Amino acid sequence: MIEFTFWDIARNLIFATRWTVLLSIAAFAGGGIVGVAILLLRISKAKWARRFASGYIALFQGTPLLMQLFLMFFGLPMLGFRIEPWTAAVLGLTFFASAYLAEIWRSGVDALPRGQWDAGASLGLHYLQELRLIILPQAFAITRAPVVGFLVQLIKATALTSIIGFEELLRTSNAINNATFEPFTVYGLVALIFFVLCYPLTQYARSLEARAAAH
Amino acid sequence: MSYSLDFGWLEGAVGAIARGAAMTVLLIVVTTIAGTVISIAAAAGRRNGPKWLQRAITCYVEVIRNTPFLVQLFFIFFGLPSLGIRLDPIVAAILAMTLNMAAYTTEIVGAGLDAVPRGQREAAAALGLRPRQVFVKIVLPQALKVIFPALTSQIVIMMLESSVVSQIAVSELTYEADMLQARTFRPFETYFVVAMIYLGLSILLRRLLVGIGRRTLSAGVS
Repeated sequence: MIEFTFWDIARNLIFATRWTVLLSIAAFAGGGIVGVAILLLRISKAKWARRFASGYIALFQGTPLLMQLFLMFFGLPMLGFRIEPWTAAVLGLTFFASAYLAEIWRSGVDALPRGQWDAGASLGLHYLQELRLIILPQAFAITRAPVVGFLVQLIKATALTSIIGFEELLRTSNAINNATFEPFTVYGLVALIFFVLCYPLTQYARSLEARAAAH
Repeated sequence: MSYSLDFGWLEGAVGAIARGAAMTVLLIVVTTIAGTVISIAAAAGRRNGPKWLQRAITCYVEVIRNTPFLVQLFFIFFGLPSLGIRLDPIVAAILAMTLNMAAYTTEIVGAGLDAVPRGQREAAAALGLRPRQVFVKIVLPQALKVIFPALTSQIVIMMLESSVVSQIAVSELTYEADMLQARTFRPFETYFVVAMIYLGLSILLRRLLVGIGRRTLSAGVS
């Protein structure tokens, strides 16, 4: 049997952390892009689009992320896609993130005074220009704190992808634990690594919130 | 691409799904009650307790809020036995869920306590109520009324998150789904049905909590 020193455990875990970080970034970027699309539907003038977006958001906020990941992992192969844990993880977290981000940004759009739309229209801007030049930049700016807060949620949510077999931090730690039988150390370290990733962001979200409240 | 959906297994699975759903409901009910009580105590302790207690509560809240629930669960179920604390899966699940939820609701309850105007406390004290009575009868009901929507959301989130306790073999809804799909070889249909049950449960739970809140809290305040 191979002997694992504390340093071996720590080094392997820190190495595996890059996958957690990479997955978080990919899901956040993907979720942002899909989230903007959902947001546009959610605030659109067409009733069917608003309904669809509301349903989409309710669906992803009303079911466990674990179920969403399972459905991705088992569902996509049925449609003829060959799917790896990485693909299922990125896609699952992207859809999950898009629903939350769309909802956060919508609250930002709703918070803008009606006059912003009217002023844009009176300047002769058409709908898309209004959105791009006036509405969305302000909506994004005032929702920075909740978006950073959600990023923390998303980083923590990546741990669930270990269950569908994606080799991130937690899955690696399960394997190390099976070899070392030191669950206290291993899971303690994993918690510490997640804390180091998340805590600065939590503090950053707090400072953004305080700054917004001061205005 | 010749896959066709098959829900024929569903008839024989109703019992297992119902048992799983009942366990999920049990978990969230216990967690909600224990978590709310703990978070009220923690929020009050963080405001009025001795310095060391305030610091300890802040630490607890930050550690829980910045680590994944699944890691907390594994730490409690797999890690604590090396300190000689061996827990039954259900107990470990309830402990992990309660500790997790209480960290979030401590912040929520705290915000509610801060939202009650000072004058309310002073007026109650002037009427001769003892500090404990002031807190329980005057401050807390008003605080709970303010935070009720946030509390409701947190409880629903916890119910959804409870699906991961299947990983330590607590036979709740997701665990039953895992067992079913292993038997039927119909993972997509199984998880789809169970996801819809979760959706129904979260809608029901939200309605129920809003109903309870309307009935008890408005009466407690006015």
